[in-house]
Amino acid sequence: MYIPVNDMLKHFKQDAPAMANITHKSDQWSPYHDNSGTVLAVGIPGAVIVAGDTRLSNGYNILSRDATKLSQLTDKCVLATAGQYADFIALRKFLQQRLQLYEFQNEVQASTETVAHLLSRELYSRRFFPYYTFNLLAGLDENNHGVVYGYDAIGSYDQMTYGVQGSGQELVVAVLDNQLKGYNKINKTIPQTREEILDIILDCFSCAAERDIHTGDNVEILIITAAGTERIVKPLRKD
Amino acid sequence: MQYLDNYLESKGGYDYTNVKRNELMKAQGFKEMPFTKTGTTIVGVLFDGGVVMAADTRATAGSIVADKNCEKLHTLAPNIWAAGAGTAADLHHQCAHFNAKLKLQRLNLNRQSRVNEVITKLTSKLFPYRGHIGVALIIGGIDCNGPQLASVSPHGNYVYHPFQSMGSGSLAALGILEAKFQDGLTKQQAIDLAIEAIEAGIFHDMGSGSNVDVVAITKDGVDYKRNIRQYNAKSYQRQVPYDFPINNTPALKKYQFDIEKQELSEVGQEMVIIE
Repeated sequence: MYIPVNDMLKHFKQDAPAMANITHKSDQWSPYHDNSGTVLAVGIPGAVIVAGDTRLSNGYNILSRDATKLSQLTDKCVLATAGQYADFIALRKFLQQRLQLYEFQNEVQASTETVAHLLSRELYSRRFFPYYTFNLLAGLDENNHGVVYGYDAIGSYDQMTYGVQGSGQELVVAVLDNQLKGYNKINKTIPQTREEILDIILDCFSCAAERDIHTGDNVEILIITAAGTERIVKPLRKD
Repeated sequence: MQYLDNYLESKGGYDYTNVKRNELMKAQGFKEMPFTKTGTTIVGVLFDGGVVMAADTRATAGSIVADKNCEKLHTLAPNIWAAGAGTAADLHHQCAHFNAKLKLQRLNLNRQSRVNEVITKLTSKLFPYRGHIGVALIIGGIDCNGPQLASVSPHGNYVYHPFQSMGSGSLAALGILEAKFQDGLTKQQAIDLAIEAIEAGIFHDMGSGSNVDVVAITKDGVDYKRNIRQYNAKSYQRQVPYDFPINNTPALKKYQFDIEKQELSEVGQEMVIIE
C-alpha cells in the first residue's frame, strides 16, 4: 500500500525544536559573605572559656590562617563571632566605642548582663539589613560565675551554660550536650575542673577540623577569670 | 522505509523532548538530586620514559569531609591509569565500566590498550550526556606510541599536554606546575614535582586535603604508592579518654521477645529522659 510521505509527515510533525526557555537567573550581587569558622564558649563557676578557630575563608579559598574571632570587650566579657568577618569588625567597633562611653559616663565597666542586652539591641536595630553574625557573648556575672549568651543574627538571645556557633556547630554541639550536660546518660559524670573542660574543647575543635573544611589552622582559647585573662593557642589541621 | 528516513531528517539532530519533560517535572515539584562531589586536586606530569599521576585523598559532601582517605587513582588498563575529579559515584562507575570494556577488547584483539582508544571511548560516552556525568579525568599511560598524558572534561573535551591538573585545587597545583615543569625530567623529579603540586592543592584549597597518592607508569611497569605523604595527623588526642559505661543510656521502652512462644511483649516502664 502506497502511503504518500508528505501525508505521513503531518502526523509526526512536531513544533520546531525550541531550546527550552533557559532563563538564566543572573547571579545577583549579595552583600553577604560567609567567612565561616567555629566558635564555642563554656561557663563554669569561677571562669568562662571561649574558643574560636583562626581560619578565615571564602568559598574554597583560605583568606587568612591567623584571624581572630574573639574580641575582649571588657575585663570580664568576650565576644565570639562566626559568620561574616566584615560584620564582626563593624559590630566589635560599635561595642568597643559604646562601652568606652559607658565607662566614661558611669566610672565603672559595664557588667556582662548589660553588654548582652546592648548587643541584642544593636543587632535588632539592623532588623531589615542584618549583621551576618552568629554571636556568643561569654563573661563573668556579678558573682564571678561564667555565663554564656547565645544570639541569632537579629538579636534574640538567651543565657546558656555553653554554646557553639559557626560551620562546625552541628559537629560539636552534640558532643558537648553529652559531655557537659550528660544528655542520654543515666549516671551523669560532668567534668567540673577547668583542665577537663579544656581537654574536651580541644578535642572538639580537633574533630571539627577533621570533618569540616572551613575549620582549621589554629584554635585560640581565652580563659576569663576574676584574676585576668589567659590566652592559649593550639595548632589544628592546615589542609 | 523512506518515510522513516524523512521523518528522522526533519526531526533534526538533537532530541529536546526531555527538556519539556524536565520543566514539567520541576513545575510539579521534583527537585534535582544533589550529588557528592569530590572537590579534588589531581595532577599528571610527563617525564622522560613515562608518566606520573598524583592525587589528594579527600572526598567532600558540601562542606563536610565524607571520606578522609579515598582513592582517586583508578586503573583503566595495566598500562593506563586515570586520576578522577568530580562526582564520586560517576567516577567510580565510569572507570569500572571502561576498565571492563578495555579488558574485553584486549581479550578479543590480543593487543595492549592504547591511551587514544581510552580518550575516544570516554569522550564518545560523555558528550551526549552534555556534562551531566560529572567526571573530569586525567588519563596517563604508556603504549606503543610512547608515554602520553591527556585530560578529559565532563562535557567531552580532551587535551594532550605534558602536565595537567584538574579539580577544585587545580589552580593551586597549576601554579606550581607552570613554575617548575621542564621537558626531560627524570622519574624521581617528576614524582617530586607532582607531590609538590598536590601539596599546594591540599593546603591552599579547602576542597582537597589529607594525604597524597602517586602512581608512576613506565615501560617496566606500574609503581603505585598509596599515601606516599601524610601531612595532617589528628592534632589533639584527649588526655582522659571518653567514658561510655554500659547500661548508662536510658531506654524509652523495653520489649521482650519470647522465642518459644513467638510473642513480643512490652516490659519495663517508659524511662523519662532527664535533661
